[in-house]
Amino acid sequence: MAGTGKAHMRPDGDVILTVEDLTVEFKLGKDKIVKAVSGISFDLIRGETLAVVGESGCGKSTLGKAILQLPKPTSGSVNFLSQELTTLPKKELRDARPAMQMIFQDSISSLDPRLPVSEVIAEPLRVWNKGNQVEIDAKIDELLNAVNLDPAEVRDRRSYEFSGGQCQRISIARSLTLDPTMIICDEPVSALDVSVQAQILNLLQDMKDRYGLSLIFISHDLAVVKAVSTRVMVMYLGKVCEVAPPDELYRNTKHHYTKALVGSVPIPDPDRPIQAGLIQGEPPSPLDPPSGCRFRTRCPAATEKCAAEEPQLREVAVGHFVACHHPIA
Amino acid sequence: MSTVIKVEGLSVSFATPRGELKAVRDVSIELQEGESLGVVGESGSGKTVLSRSIMGLLPSTATRTGKITFQGEVISELPKDKVRDLWGTGMAMVFQDPMTALNPVRRIGDQLTESLTVRLGMSKKDAKVRAIELLERVRIPDPKSMMRKFPYQLSGGMRQRIMIAIAVSCKPEMLFADEPTTALDVTVQAQVLELISELRKEFNMAMILVTHDLGVVAGHTDKIAVMYAGDVVEYAPTRELFSNMKMPYTEALLKSIPRLETPTGTRLPVIEGRLPDPTKNEPGCPFANRCAYVTDKCRAEKPPLTDGGNGHFYRCWFPIGGAK
Repeated sequence: MAGTGKAHMRPDGDVILTVEDLTVEFKLGKDKIVKAVSGISFDLIRGETLAVVGESGCGKSTLGKAILQLPKPTSGSVNFLSQELTTLPKKELRDARPAMQMIFQDSISSLDPRLPVSEVIAEPLRVWNKGNQVEIDAKIDELLNAVNLDPAEVRDRRSYEFSGGQCQRISIARSLTLDPTMIICDEPVSALDVSVQAQILNLLQDMKDRYGLSLIFISHDLAVVKAVSTRVMVMYLGKVCEVAPPDELYRNTKHHYTKALVGSVPIPDPDRPIQAGLIQGEPPSPLDPPSGCRFRTRCPAATEKCAAEEPQLREVAVGHFVACHHPIA
Repeated sequence: MSTVIKVEGLSVSFATPRGELKAVRDVSIELQEGESLGVVGESGSGKTVLSRSIMGLLPSTATRTGKITFQGEVISELPKDKVRDLWGTGMAMVFQDPMTALNPVRRIGDQLTESLTVRLGMSKKDAKVRAIELLERVRIPDPKSMMRKFPYQLSGGMRQRIMIAIAVSCKPEMLFADEPTTALDVTVQAQVLELISELRKEFNMAMILVTHDLGVVAGHTDKIAVMYAGDVVEYAPTRELFSNMKMPYTEALLKSIPRLETPTGTRLPVIEGRLPDPTKNEPGCPFANRCAYVTDKCRAEKPPLTDGGNGHFYRCWFPIGGAK
């Protein structure tokens, strides 16, 4: 695509989130418009982990925030638990928020350095006037135990005393305080060491199973999402390229951009060097995206048709959708 | 081939309120002309301090002991300004974060020509011509207009290319690259690593590539030093290391890397626990508390660096596959 389309939507499933034709644009100066997200549609089924993958600037974080109405998207609809969030009045939108939480990339700066860990986790309960002190204390201990931190040891300490991995555990505990239905994880492990990455990825899986969560997992690294996701959506410059279950996506890659992403993953094997030549340069500016398929300027298979006509998502195998005029055979 | 750098028994410690922090412990490495070494380890393993201490970029709170020989000259005893004279022409560094490493209020052209005029004594005009060639070499589109730009106008990948152009501008014999691609996307990471490798061959530079990712060093280095808690725990030619891994720590590090082959829904192997407190000097192997194969001997006595043959050294009482 990178194009548009809704062929990959699943109206019959137990859908908790439906995003349709979502567009986010930012005004920049007088008549410049940054087209960060341009007509994206997808759905999220209960218990699923949807991975959103793409390079910096492809709009994946903006998409995550737009779902939470932070800020409200320019156009399109976001239907969460049968409520249309984009038109919801302020008061009702606030009431809908506890069910949708977010975890950020930079865990250290997303925690208030002045609050002890116990208060970081309890704050949402206080904001919502939920529970008395005994119940709140019990909840803090339960959540800290759940994320494998010793409550007695960490309760009274502050975020700056912890490592990046520990702060991410605290962030996860905090996001669980209000028993959410869905958590949007924005690059939760990309600032962490590989050894800690694996711990946090496993923890997210555990929390998902234990609390019955649905996750949207935003990442630039296909290898990271492989282990945790049930469905992967590849984005490029505000558009969707390919949607498929992870095993199918890697085994049977159809989009040239996905192929480049797969080939760029560094493999710890000296006999399998990184394939650097798959695509050159960097994505064009979202101020003035290419016509037709947005990937065509870097695509090895681009033709005139790609400039003239925007490809639509179509099903190429069961559950595997691609938006490309010339998919890989 | 001649030896570019030889480091013998290098130790670095910092004075902290909690006591002496030992960041690098008795490390010895050697690099030949054009050879590349990957230094791999977790945050806090001492890998950055090691490369900075060789270049003489440590803060005043640091104490360094050991001998560093660069191009046949012992530089560890030289006064600071003499070491400084080597920067740019002898050794150069590419840092992790190109936004903070570049001067935000100076144009790219000025930052690039500075080393050429100061170090190589080029005229401004010649330096500008050379700078544009360098920008072309690192594949910056439209290098002429790039000369007028400021760092904030560029993407992370472009900034890192500029950093690389500056680092190689005076053709150093030795390049340090400290996590050069950690802040970049995978696609850009692949391009930047490729570029660094090309330039290394072109200028016949020796290189130390510091990273936490074994995947990054696998295809881009001749040998690898794995660091843990300030020690080099395994040191071997790259192929030898991957085919005949000896250290349980290296193995654990390798296994924890998420792979495309990992079936969905599997639990990733992790290294439980944390690095030991670097201000304490506990007996035994520093990795003992996290090691899957730990024994009483490991807790009691620190293993020495053992020569396993084929240029393969390791620091373990019970290496994988047994001792030689």
